[in-house]
Amino acid sequence: MSPALAEHVSQAIYLLAAGLFIFSLRWLNRPETARRGVLAGVVGMSAAVLGTLLHPEIASYLWIAVAMALGTAVGIPLSRVPLTAVPQRTALSHAFGGLAAGLVGVAKYSLWLGEGLLTPFRTGAIAVEVILGFLTFTGSLMAAGKLQEIVPTRPITYRGQNYVNLALLGVAALCGIALVFDPSRWPLFAMVVALSLVFGVLLIIPIGGADMPTVISILNSYAGLSAVAMGFVLDNKLLVTAGALDGSSGFILSLIMCRAMNRSFTNVLFGAFGQVQAATASAVQRAVKSATPQDVVDILENASSVVIVPGYGMAVAQAQHRVRETFDQLTKRGVKVRFAIHPVAGRMPGHMNVLLAEADIPYEALVEMDDINRDLPQTDVVLVVGANDVVNPAARHDRASPIYGMPIIEADKAKLCVAIKRTMNPGFAGIDNELYYADNTLMLFGDAKAMLGEIAKILGSERGIH
Amino acid sequence: MHEPDLWSMLLVFMLATFVGFAVIQNVSRLLHTPLMSLTNAISAIAVVASILIAGEQKTLVSTVLGTIAVAASMTNIVSGFLITDRMLKMFKQRGKKPK
Repeated sequence: MSPALAEHVSQAIYLLAAGLFIFSLRWLNRPETARRGVLAGVVGMSAAVLGTLLHPEIASYLWIAVAMALGTAVGIPLSRVPLTAVPQRTALSHAFGGLAAGLVGVAKYSLWLGEGLLTPFRTGAIAVEVILGFLTFTGSLMAAGKLQEIVPTRPITYRGQNYVNLALLGVAALCGIALVFDPSRWPLFAMVVALSLVFGVLLIIPIGGADMPTVISILNSYAGLSAVAMGFVLDNKLLVTAGALDGSSGFILSLIMCRAMNRSFTNVLFGAFGQVQAATASAVQRAVKSATPQDVVDILENASSVVIVPGYGMAVAQAQHRVRETFDQLTKRGVKVRFAIHPVAGRMPGHMNVLLAEADIPYEALVEMDDINRDLPQTDVVLVVGANDVVNPAARHDRASPIYGMPIIEADKAKLCVAIKRTMNPGFAGIDNELYYADNTLMLFGDAKAMLGEIAKILGSERGIH
Repeated sequence: MHEPDLWSMLLVFMLATFVGFAVIQNVSRLLHTPLMSLTNAISAIAVVASILIAGEQKTLVSTVLGTIAVAASMTNIVSGFLITDRMLKMFKQRGKKPK
């Protein structure tokens, strides 16, 4: 093949891959077509990789083969992690994406520096790529560490933190600008790399565990943008397209997460949620009504509609399979059972849906917050399993509450609410939940898995009597 | 190598971002976790750039950096597509038996 023809072939393959990537995301709009989306992505990716491997500039395949084997060897176990660990895996993959972008930037800088090909445009694009890539790398590693609880999940804050962070980023940007004017000053480039790596760490340490869904989404966006910057450096429109798809996806998810917590973008990144927040706990010991599993069974059996509100506590207690058994038993009796999914339930966007789908709960039973809230006043029983802040009515009216203004699942509006909880201790965020003291709320104290197991067992053994 | 055309690149970036917004707003909320792992695998298309740098073998530094970048991107491609498919297989309709 002549070089000109080879160039046309590879450009045509890139065009095809870009189209397939768009279809891949398009097919994700419904669960029925979603797997076709994965197939389109795989085909697009394989075509692009094969097309690149045929490139005449490649002198040796040895290291490419070694690296691909290594990536595959790491990638396969990473795809088999338990679903509770998917957020960590996702953060880790953002880190790899950022690392690849950063390293390609450094490699191109060193190559072009030696060849005298560093134009102002290229240098500027490389600076952006390296800043985004390396801050995503260390930031995502920190986020993964926090999710895996290797790094303390508690926000680490100090006075003037935001100014320090902004100053750091500002210096990195200034070094980048200075480089554009004189690309040969490589110590400045080294500064950009080092500052970006440090900035990524400092950006994430003040962010608490409750904000992880938003942080993962923002890092997703940065990882995409670093791929876009790489596309600008290498004059590759496929990279720009794929990176922009990734970046816009992360951006939309971040917006959804922020809206679901009634917080702004800047507030998440610079607000250090969860710090101090002197809990407005009322000192008054109020009475709660507690129930036994048998009481709850009687209530559930006589209901015609039940809504279950799951939280991350359900996954921690590994209770989703007991939830499924209860769901099956009630459905068999003709009770309409649905699940109310808050957008920030779990540790990343959509996490709760995946956890419930794994337990074989049909996806039609999973209902979004806004849709279920309309039905709750006519619902007989709401069963809260491991959720806390997302059902706290204080969010609606208590201006002093740290969660004031956050949209919630209005469990208190149902005819009756049953909450399964270990003790009356306030949850992770340390906020007292007034739902538990309401007149129409019953508390079932105990481990979620054990209690639901009990409920499912009683329901199962009673079969035939009814 | 010629200088990239800044304006046509920006145009591609803008259009792809708009397409991204339009397509992703229609993604079912049920599937936001698989969405993230899928877009992650797709943006690992950066592997094509890394392959060229690792394969050209111009300097030791660039070959080493390129090789690490290929490994990192390949990890994302393999684990991203596999885990997305694994999660999507779990979403079942009522009454349909798991395959």
